[in-house]
Amino acid sequence: MTATATALAGRHLLGIADLTADEIGLILDTAEAMKEVAERPIKKVPALRGKTVINLFYEPSTRTRTSFEVAEKRLSADTLNIAVATSSVVKGETLIDTVLNLEAMHPDMIVLRHASSGAGHLLSKVCRARIINAGDGMHEHPTQALLDAFTIRERKGRLAGLKVAIIGDLLHSRVLRSNVLLLSKMGADVWACAPPTLIPRGLERLGAHVTTSVDEAVRGADVVMMLRIQLERMEGNFFPSLREYFNVFGMTPERVALAREDAIIMHPGPMNRGVEIASEVADGPRSVILDQVTNGVAVRMAVLYLLAGGGDGD
Amino acid sequence: MPVVMDGDRMARTLARMAHEIVERNRSLEDVAFVGVRTRGVPIARRLAEHVEKIAGVAAPVGILDITLYRDDLSRHAVGPQPLVRRTDIPFSIDGRRILLVDDVLYTGRTVRAALDALVDFGRPRAIQLVVLVDRGHRELPIKADYVGKNLPTAPAESVQVRLSEIDGVDEVAIEGGEAA
Repeated sequence: MTATATALAGRHLLGIADLTADEIGLILDTAEAMKEVAERPIKKVPALRGKTVINLFYEPSTRTRTSFEVAEKRLSADTLNIAVATSSVVKGETLIDTVLNLEAMHPDMIVLRHASSGAGHLLSKVCRARIINAGDGMHEHPTQALLDAFTIRERKGRLAGLKVAIIGDLLHSRVLRSNVLLLSKMGADVWACAPPTLIPRGLERLGAHVTTSVDEAVRGADVVMMLRIQLERMEGNFFPSLREYFNVFGMTPERVALAREDAIIMHPGPMNRGVEIASEVADGPRSVILDQVTNGVAVRMAVLYLLAGGGDGD
Repeated sequence: MPVVMDGDRMARTLARMAHEIVERNRSLEDVAFVGVRTRGVPIARRLAEHVEKIAGVAAPVGILDITLYRDDLSRHAVGPQPLVRRTDIPFSIDGRRILLVDDVLYTGRTVRAALDALVDFGRPRAIQLVVLVDRGHRELPIKADYVGKNLPTAPAESVQVRLSEIDGVDEVAIEGGEAA
């Protein structure tokens, strides 16, 4: 429960791959303290007073952007939201030029969501500000994996030794990659399941068991995590129809019954009801989908707080 | 490393402080203790037990973590961020008399942070400051209402309060100083 790390070694949060199990523990422990702030009459602490955080989002996002913004405001940081549709990016400016111009205004941190894998790494090479990756292409979405881990730990008291089934569009999912990396570092037993066309190569090497059988993935699971079918990223036919996908891979009450009696159901959102998950399951008593959203704020507060300290590192 | 207060002495000191608290607060019905993490918490619990024995009133005890209110967080930090732990005040502080408890009163900056944190939880009727040791060298206009022991120290020295709940022993020691 208690982490032995007292600080994050890196200046940025680009992916779970860069974190040790101890650092993950530190973030989750800090998030526990942050969660209490949301229960106060005045949901705000002065920890990041005078810090400026830019939320730079090159892809649509409601949940993640709002969650970061709430987290920043609860820590008293000054926040700026830049959505690409309304910025000079539509006039042809490159990512690096945009960010160098933003840097000239001396932000302390930049929260970046971008459609290209590795966009955060690129920026971290040219920026003085700390970069928090809020999702880069099909690569990583570290704060999502951290909030999922927080939610699991809150319900199960631990991560090690749990069977976690992750089912859905594995191929296009940065949430999957971050979750597999995190959960295997923390000693969980991860099962990833999808139609063969939606399984990325080399997934086993990240530390997951891979199967095309939902029953095998779900049987005896402590946690069932559904991933969204990302139609917007699909340029081809990965399965015959959404209805058929639901029939074979959708999470129905019958399939949930194969998991442990106390299993929890998770989904990072946004959900496609009737595609990857039945409404009875999404809204059922085992669903922790809205807890995930609540916990997202606490976890992002922890990351912002921990990255705000430390030296310049260069 | 002179030990300036041993276990016996600490027990008597806390008992005396509890009597002072009872004497100064005629009605204890609206009194609550809030201990500042880390060592203010067990001290607050012990004082609450004494008060209950003396006056028969069980005052609630809350835990306050002041890390997020520190005045050195946004000032070009060169080190890692201090660890944040959970604040747990399971009662409304509105209209109550709050006994804010810490182990050592030194610069007063921790107390300033604690006062800021407390008023974010509500509007207490009054806040009184309780410390086991006052070692002087204040940097802010803050004064304790109840002091276990006044301990004149040099700035280079450090005062260590050890409590059996955390450190396995009850004592107060002065450390360092001469070599510095």
